[in-house]
Amino acid sequence: MTPPEYTYPEGALAFPHRGLVGIAGLAPHEIWFLLDEAEQWVEMNRGAQKRRELLSGLTIINAFFENSTRTLLSFEIAGKRLGADVVNMAVATSSVKKGETLIDTAMTLNSMRADAIVIRHASSGAVQLIADKVDCPVLNAGDGQHEHPTQALLDALTIRHAKRAFNGLRVTICGDILHSRVARSNILCLNSLGAEVRVCAPPALMPADIERMNVTVFHDFDEALKGADVVMMLRLQMERMEGQFIPSPREYRHLYGLTLDRLARAEPDALVMHPGPMNRGVEIDSNVADHIERSLITRQVEMGVAIRMACLDVLTRKGRGMEGWA
Amino acid sequence: MSIQASLTITGGQLLLPDGTVTPGAVRCEGGFITAVGAGVVPQKGDTVHDAAGRIVAPGLVDIGVFAIDKPAFHFGGITRAALMPDQNPPLDVPARVRFAAQSGKPDFWVHPLAAATQGLEGTSLAEIAMMRDAGARAVATGRRWIGDSGTMLRLLQYTGMLGMIVIAHAEDAGIVGNAVATAGEMATRLGLPSAPAQAEALAIARDITLAEMASAAIHFRNVTTAAGLDLVRAAKARGLHVTAGISPAYFMLSDLAIGAFRTFTHLSPALRCEEDRKAVVTAIKDGTIDVITSGHDPRGPEDKRLPFSDSAPGMAGAETLLPLTLNLVRDGVIDIGRAFALLSTNPSRLLGVNAGRLAVGAEADIAVIDPERPWIVNSDKMAAAAGNTPFDRQPVQGRVLALFKGGMAVRRSNSG
Repeated sequence: MTPPEYTYPEGALAFPHRGLVGIAGLAPHEIWFLLDEAEQWVEMNRGAQKRRELLSGLTIINAFFENSTRTLLSFEIAGKRLGADVVNMAVATSSVKKGETLIDTAMTLNSMRADAIVIRHASSGAVQLIADKVDCPVLNAGDGQHEHPTQALLDALTIRHAKRAFNGLRVTICGDILHSRVARSNILCLNSLGAEVRVCAPPALMPADIERMNVTVFHDFDEALKGADVVMMLRLQMERMEGQFIPSPREYRHLYGLTLDRLARAEPDALVMHPGPMNRGVEIDSNVADHIERSLITRQVEMGVAIRMACLDVLTRKGRGMEGWA
Repeated sequence: MSIQASLTITGGQLLLPDGTVTPGAVRCEGGFITAVGAGVVPQKGDTVHDAAGRIVAPGLVDIGVFAIDKPAFHFGGITRAALMPDQNPPLDVPARVRFAAQSGKPDFWVHPLAAATQGLEGTSLAEIAMMRDAGARAVATGRRWIGDSGTMLRLLQYTGMLGMIVIAHAEDAGIVGNAVATAGEMATRLGLPSAPAQAEALAIARDITLAEMASAAIHFRNVTTAAGLDLVRAAKARGLHVTAGISPAYFMLSDLAIGAFRTFTHLSPALRCEEDRKAVVTAIKDGTIDVITSGHDPRGPEDKRLPFSDSAPGMAGAETLLPLTLNLVRDGVIDIGRAFALLSTNPSRLLGVNAGRLAVGAEADIAVIDPERPWIVNSDKMAAAAGNTPFDRQPVQGRVLALFKGGMAVRRSNSG
């Protein structure tokens, strides 16, 4: 099943990166390596004994400058299951609210000798800015509308478990593409693995020249669904919208809501994904989201913990004294 | 009244108002040029400066800077600058204009631009005639455009009556919103808030129409797109009082430069696509663009060491204005005479100041320049108040060797 471009070298050369800021810059075999590394954690997490003291003694700081529940929790569980000391920096009570600059906050975290920092920030490029200033590996947990690499990796792992191959797989991503870092990371990741990516949104929610990222652009959801093997739904990111982009949620559902009827236009075995949080009754109907055979949504959450464990393990190998790792 | 010694700059290649370069000398008395040409020799008691065969040109006149930063201006050969009203607080009352007009003297002249509207908010007209009489040379809308077309029309009717030019920022704010980049592949990949480049042409089309209705003169500080430049070109062909400026970043860089989220490339307007960059070069060549300006806006780490969309726009441009313009000369786009028309003569004319040319009777603002001298831009070692230049580590050519304001030598730091 493994195509040649996924074959990665032995040992430390499999992933020669110091941090994970984005999918951009990763080779297909590096993505594949992280997916392979995650499999052991999928296995372990399904058992009764969910802890391995791999990162024992290491400190991981989750610095979330933007509110998050599921991603923060997922990273926290991932770190703890590997035996690390995990500290969450809550933005509401931090000195960021007192006017401290992002760089000063980053230098403070650095001085506390974190072994890895996981960052989420509302501005595109903020994670790279911090990564350039600190000594330890930095993991991007979402920066503005730029990238959310672990989401794309967990989505790829979910698809790998559910489908035969990426090559020729048709994936339709529908929703607020403009404001979505999940869409950008998934476009890069799925393209890299050989899938055919379609994006679907009304023009106001479609970024300019997105076709230059090697996707097919659709405005008609019914057309975008024809022949799709996987349908990824995104929510409307109202909090990022400046001005009115759509007339109403009801009207949006009328054109872009994934109903059972609409899903029937995709391949008979098409699977449904959603990075959450869902707005049931807007972009996705409950009977689709909860469909036992077709929905992968809870599976995505499960894979998320495993992927984050794999990333934390791989990126701290140098810090743990393992020869050759970046 | 101070007694100014007379000065003769000898042995230079004089850059004359007709754009020709000829060997000769310039003599200045009482702050004014009194003789120019091949036969001019120093008189008894003159201070003599030997130009040693270098170019002797009028000092640069910079329309639309955001800060008074004398060391940077002097380094760049700039003797006068029109200060944007976007100060804190804004230049929207006569007292602040009067203060700003005095702030550079004697060795640098600041020409304040009066805020078009109170607080630059685009709603109520400011006291423009009183600011004119306090020393404002022109009116500016600031970094923003005036969204209300009725307000803009009344502004232009008023400035038309007063004989003042309006310096406008040409971007439709409704389309631009909080964008920090031009819509396109680069902004999409980076996930930066972006707006279509057509926001510029929309604003220019409206403002040209309004200026024509009001029989007023309008100058667009930066016209950065092919579509915007076409509108300016057509308006000029119809004989309207429409002029356009540009900063070197827009003929040197495209939006590819924002690739690594480098906030020194965060400018307003945002950098455009490569086709627009080429259109700017063409417009400089064919005369559509009248003025090259630094847009000097020194910004320290507190404004620039931030995520791209949280950072302040603007670049420190005074020191690189001349060498980057001379790139166009070396590339054969324009000759050196045209370069100084863009940098000195045209901006002087737009501001209505008696400078910007080596001619008898003009104020003796003179730069001695080696147009070939190579140096490397270094953001850590700039004369400017901050080193926010997108041209960091870039080799350039062209350096000011000596500078005279009103016939007096300007002491310059960092001139090695």
